Amino acid sequence: MTARHIGRPITRNEDPRLLTGRALFVDDVERPGLLHAAFLRSPHAHATILSVDTEAAKARPGVLAVITAEDLGDYWKPGPLLVPPPPIPGMTFRQRCQVPLARDVVRHVGEPVAMVIAESRYIAEDALGDIVAEYAPLPVVGDLEAALAPASPRVHADLADNIAAEVVQRKGDYAAARARAAHIVRRRFRYDRGASIPMETRGIVADWDAKADRLTVWDTTQAPVGIRNGLAAMLGLSERQVRVIAPFIGGGFGPKMMMFYPEEVLVPWIAMRLERPVKWIEDRLEHFFATTHERGQIHEAEIALDATGKILGVRDDFLMDTGAYNPYGLTVPLNSQCTLLNCYDVPAYESRFRAIYTNRTLVTPYRGAGRQHGVFVMERLLDAAARELGLDRVEIRRLNLIPPDAFPYRNEIIYQDFAPLTYDSGNYEPILDKALEAIGYGGFAEEKAKARAEGRCLGLGIVCYVEGTGIGPYEGARVRVQASGKVTLATGIGTQGQGHFTALAQVVAEQLGVDVRDVEVTTGDTDQFDWGVGTFASRGAVVAGSASHEAAKVVRSKILKAAAVHFECAEADLVLEDGKVAIAGVPEKHIALGALAQLANPLRGAVKPGTEPGLEATSYFGPEMGATAAGAHAMVIELDPQTMRPTILRYVVVHDCGTVLNPLILAGQIQGGVAQGIGNAFFEQLAWSEEGQLMNASLADYLLPTALDVPRMELHHTVTPSPLNPLGTKGAGEGGAIPVGALFAQAIEDALDLPAKGIEIAEIPLSPSRLWEIVHGGD
Amino acid sequence: MKRVLVTLSVNGAQHAREVEPRLLLSDFLRRDLGLTGTHVGCEHGVCGACTIRLDGAAVRSCLIFAVQADGHAVATVEGLAPGRGQLSVLQQAFQDTHGLQCGYCTPGILMTVSAFLEENADPTEEQVRHALSGNLCRCTGYQHIVDAVLLAAKRLREAA
Amino acid sequence: MKPAPFDWHAPAAIEEALALKARHGEEARFLAGGQSLVPAMNFRVAQPAVLVDLNRVAGLGGIDAGEDGSLRIGAMARNARVERDAVAARTHPLLAEALREVAHPQIRNRGTLGGNLAHADPASEMPAVMLALDARFVLRSARGTREVAAADFFLAPLTTALQPDEMLAEILLPSLATRSGTAFIEVARRRGDYAMMGVAAVLTRDADGLCTMARIACCSAGPTPMPAPRAAAALVGTRVSETDIAEAAALLRQEVAPMGSVQASPAYQRHLAEVLATRALTLAKERAR
Repeated sequence: MTARHIGRPITRNEDPRLLTGRALFVDDVERPGLLHAAFLRSPHAHATILSVDTEAAKARPGVLAVITAEDLGDYWKPGPLLVPPPPIPGMTFRQRCQVPLARDVVRHVGEPVAMVIAESRYIAEDALGDIVAEYAPLPVVGDLEAALAPASPRVHADLADNIAAEVVQRKGDYAAARARAAHIVRRRFRYDRGASIPMETRGIVADWDAKADRLTVWDTTQAPVGIRNGLAAMLGLSERQVRVIAPFIGGGFGPKMMMFYPEEVLVPWIAMRLERPVKWIEDRLEHFFATTHERGQIHEAEIALDATGKILGVRDDFLMDTGAYNPYGLTVPLNSQCTLLNCYDVPAYESRFRAIYTNRTLVTPYRGAGRQHGVFVMERLLDAAARELGLDRVEIRRLNLIPPDAFPYRNEIIYQDFAPLTYDSGNYEPILDKALEAIGYGGFAEEKAKARAEGRCLGLGIVCYVEGTGIGPYEGARVRVQASGKVTLATGIGTQGQGHFTALAQVVAEQLGVDVRDVEVTTGDTDQFDWGVGTFASRGAVVAGSASHEAAKVVRSKILKAAAVHFECAEADLVLEDGKVAIAGVPEKHIALGALAQLANPLRGAVKPGTEPGLEATSYFGPEMGATAAGAHAMVIELDPQTMRPTILRYVVVHDCGTVLNPLILAGQIQGGVAQGIGNAFFEQLAWSEEGQLMNASLADYLLPTALDVPRMELHHTVTPSPLNPLGTKGAGEGGAIPVGALFAQAIEDALDLPAKGIEIAEIPLSPSRLWEIVHGGD
Repeated sequence: MKRVLVTLSVNGAQHAREVEPRLLLSDFLRRDLGLTGTHVGCEHGVCGACTIRLDGAAVRSCLIFAVQADGHAVATVEGLAPGRGQLSVLQQAFQDTHGLQCGYCTPGILMTVSAFLEENADPTEEQVRHALSGNLCRCTGYQHIVDAVLLAAKRLREAA
Repeated sequence: MKPAPFDWHAPAAIEEALALKARHGEEARFLAGGQSLVPAMNFRVAQPAVLVDLNRVAGLGGIDAGEDGSLRIGAMARNARVERDAVAARTHPLLAEALREVAHPQIRNRGTLGGNLAHADPASEMPAVMLALDARFVLRSARGTREVAAADFFLAPLTTALQPDEMLAEILLPSLATRSGTAFIEVARRRGDYAMMGVAAVLTRDADGLCTMARIACCSAGPTPMPAPRAAAALVGTRVSETDIAEAAALLRQEVAPMGSVQASPAYQRHLAEVLATRALTLAKERAR
């Protein structure tokens, strides 16, 4: 069957609602008698709470409740460990999860201390000013290396030190590889990442209907089913009694996958107590402190090579800032550890990381989720090694690419999905070649020299990356043909702009021969579908897409079976297209899908034993492991050597994510990823003071790239299908963001010929000021 | 707090409400009038999600008090389409080029661009990017938004 | 991020506005375009008890050109209007050149020149431009009217010579002599951000090409907009050669007192000051014909 819908650039089903202001976001939910929450947050990074006096706040007109940790009684308990660490021998993991309201100690600026419920958000904020909270500041843990010192203050006084986790993983025998090496290149790297800053902050509305005995929660979560199950357990309700709706979500990028944020736990609780609907919408200031970040790692890494430049092994030892609590386990550092190996054949690897508690906001995955750090280390090591060996930076990469006949390629160490890291499929050299051709690598030396003669500094960057995508455990989907002939698809994942209403509709339309516009997709409503895990790790299209495909296949066979009975013919003689079933070669003998659905759901007579009414099926899909996408980015920049401001002249992405479901949506995912990568590389950095205060908690000071900072990108694709799922697809959500730091570092070095001056870029993010310091030694 | 009567037109319809002086226009549109198409992204005038048109000019509704709109004409995203179930040329161009993903910044961008195109019928890509520079989008990388604006401009010129 | 409560007055006449301000003093703030004040109120950094809204006051938004090429700008003139004013573009092109760097179109549509100046953010472009243009400000109160030179107006970060009962009512820009050239250049992290450094330059040359007058001022260069009188003086009497400009820029580097920020170290800012002064002076010289 040739594809009718899959692979076509179909415009999105969801757009008309979004474009006309008719899409429901959480803050759009209005209920009669709606109350509003605001939170008193710690002004200190680390302090003992001496007292919290709420009397004046409670007395303010319009205030219904002021809640402190004491008021929570048995409901006060640390949040769950969302992602337990995989079973890696010898590892250390010390779990400390966030609490709903700080009771004795605050451990980061912005940690909630009290909740106010009032008739309006305005009054609730007035009441925050009435609360008198007294603190005794404690010494602050900020710097990762200082945090390891025996004399360092401790984030959690009951732990012996600030080490949240320590993991060592090995592939092959690095010591032996090192002993054989002709060259060993050792470097120290710092890679910092910022905050995801979705344009919609977090928010939650909870409505307890005492008569129906049901709680409805609208939540900006990427994981509605998990929130439903967890809230039911916490509140002593059955799962049936809780409906969680993740409506249109204004961007997620990972931090909305974090579950049971304090506000998420408290707002439903107070709504039930007051028997009034309650809304909390995080404001942008709160967002900078209260929504999780991704942050700094310091790597000490070395690469061992033979005389030709072939990699013999890599050793890495890194520290990672995990913030004040670690409910998300080891996902980020494991991603760094695994993705460092990148698309190269590395026979021996030895890697240790230590996750460090600091008095800062929690760290959980944000688009790329630690992969950036790993790719940066490997790509920078290769650049340094190429110089040491006198090799071209492209040739050292080409020499070390995993060859196409080596798949599945086993890296042996354990990945975030608990499975040994294995690349399912890949063909990397064509990716590199396409990127080189598109960026004009062959002619660049001449171009650079010509520009230099005019006093202009051009630099080129070319880097490779892989992205582990589409991990399990599973997602599900239910497909039904309605009497109208339209098809519904319901799945448990949430959607934050990825185009699921269209891409999943394409998958279903492909099987059922209906128009994509006639497939109505519901995501993120536990009353519609309540099995599932969530939208993260570039897995929506892969895992929910495959589940949709499987369910649609079952419905297809039901349709054909029913139509064969109806026409008294063989199934093989039937054609399913244009929303109807016809007898091949006799197009006038046909029945519309809606009519068939009605026949399959009769009001009288009997549904035959062993069959089910209707044209409906539910299927689940769980891949044994993740699918590995790959790509290369190349860029030419012009750098003003006086102001250190870069201008991107050309930007090329070559990406391989297997079968493409919708090239329009794919392009959008990649372009958006690159924009966030550019932000990470050159604009966005959370700036902390010694006292643990965030110095740039506003959108005027924390710099998201604008339309003038992100260039036009040229996209190319290669297609190496994944053998792990029926669609052959791989995830594409994060790839665009992953290699951009390494790309900037290389291109800037090239533009200013820094290595010839003995200067290397060993850190991200950069800025004009920082770059000027690096070049002029004003560190 | 003393409440003040505000009478204004929104998308051509007259509204009158008594409000506190401190009520932001963005909250007034969303809560008091139920026009939730205007989104709030930062409440300090940087992100542009709340952009509306006040007497034709694109402005941040989070930096204006509702009382200040008394006697003025406001236009929001809800007023762009010619009718229910229809899209304006600009909105259609955004769908055709995949100029939105999560859609949260989109209403603000549409209001900014609708004002921009009235004064710049045949803009260059550079001009479009300047016009968009006060609206943050975290999903798209802007490229398809730029494409949408250029496509809309072309279609509007052809229709003129 | 919702503002604290306040009493709101929206007078139609300036006398009424001044009387209100006189009555409420420091408890009250004038609300002009609100593009700096309202964010501060949303963060609750500013919590004025009274707002005297100037948006309905008649006669405060005009732009009037004198026959001699001078300009009189009402404090409530929206920045977008000043930026697009055809006469101002001819008499004082520095205004539009700098205004294009001030935030974004939507902010300039609402923000006013007077509000920007009265806010007195040392990182803001327009205070430095006013120094370079030798502006005078008309300050009005119920007590009367007085004029203050821009050079005497900006006292400290967010602090001006305005008394609690006074309003910045008008901006007076003297005409530029023939063969004057002006330029504004800044480096910001992103277009529209506050500059890490910005330089406004005004040069006048005589028929022989000798510099007869120079004024230079910088933003983000100290606690107030920073004039560079020594650098300017060094140019007077020269032909404004590359060397002359380099010497002046080196002097300017010493005159600025950048304080550093999250975005830029003081050392980098000083370096930028010299780079941008060189560029701005070169451009102003080319335009001084």
